[in-house]
Amino acid sequence: MANDLFTGMKVRLTRSEPDVVSKAYALWGRDSEYRRYLHERALHLWSQKKYEEWLKEDSDQQNAKQWMFDIHTLADDRLIGYVLLFYQSIAQGDAWVGIGLGAREYWGKGYGTDAMALILYYAFEELNLHRVSLGVLAYNPRAIRAYEKAGFVVEGAERRVANKDGVRYDAWIMGILREEWLARYMKERNQNGG
Amino acid sequence: MQDASFLRMIKQDPAMPQTIAQIKKRYEAIEKEQDEKGNLYYFTIRMRQDDRLIGFAKIEWIDWSNGGGFIKLGIGAPQDRRQGFGSETLRLMLRFTFGELNLFRLAGVTPEFNTAGLSLFKKFGFVEEVRRRQAVSFQLKRWDMIHLGLLKDEWAAHAENSLRGQAQDVSHTTD
Repeated sequence: MANDLFTGMKVRLTRSEPDVVSKAYALWGRDSEYRRYLHERALHLWSQKKYEEWLKEDSDQQNAKQWMFDIHTLADDRLIGYVLLFYQSIAQGDAWVGIGLGAREYWGKGYGTDAMALILYYAFEELNLHRVSLGVLAYNPRAIRAYEKAGFVVEGAERRVANKDGVRYDAWIMGILREEWLARYMKERNQNGG
Repeated sequence: MQDASFLRMIKQDPAMPQTIAQIKKRYEAIEKEQDEKGNLYYFTIRMRQDDRLIGFAKIEWIDWSNGGGFIKLGIGAPQDRRQGFGSETLRLMLRFTFGELNLFRLAGVTPEFNTAGLSLFKKFGFVEEVRRRQAVSFQLKRWDMIHLGLLKDEWAAHAENSLRGQAQDVSHTTD
């Protein structure tokens, strides 16, 4: 049972200093496979300095339409990725979640799942949202499976959105409602003995 | 901008009446964005007979490398609706999208209670692709947000006048 909003089983959510984060982003940013998983827009490369300026600007905005967290491993406090919630209009009670583990050696080992559990708890119990949405590209089946396991329901697909290396891929849209999340959370909590 | 239910069909920000000064500022921001970002094409809709302004139409969030964009259009006054102006506007906007911007895909997003908008999109061949459940709040209820999409080939098949009929093609290619 999470008494601490930001600590999971494998990871914790935090905000690290821009100089540290920008170094990681610049490194991960050069991995085009990772970048293509995050979105379909054409990739441009940023210097560490540019990332650092962007991170500082972002944290200065009082009414930035997003909540952004860095993901650190509990075992050795290593920065491995980010997770965030962003929205069009908060009054609607719907936000989009985005997650990226730039440190590839942590893929497929439950770190992303743990971070997603934390961000969903934050979304529903701290922000009191009604639902959380996400978009995932069809060429990222590992993520699609992970999101389904986390309780997201497939709500459709925007057809042939991404044009990569001459092939067009759909963007799947998934969503989880508060009542769906709560039922799963309570079930898991009871299974784990509260 | 005083009609809250019109606003809720096209935006999900909290509805707020605007002064003329605020609207002027908003319009200046639109012009600035068009000039600077290159991924927005914004139009006003006017009656041909008397140049009266009746609405707006835009293609926005254009992602050039993937050939996609989003359309939004609105006819402001209820008495100007249900007269075919939306259809004529959409027909023009689709030709602009596929024949001038040369996009591959056009998307529209609207809440499910905008039944007139949904039937207009579907009339022109848009396919309902996504239903985001309970994503919008309106009049004490929660509604689904519908995403629709139209691909270039689908538009070409649906369009009453193909581009070949409209433009003089000097090279006489057969496609």
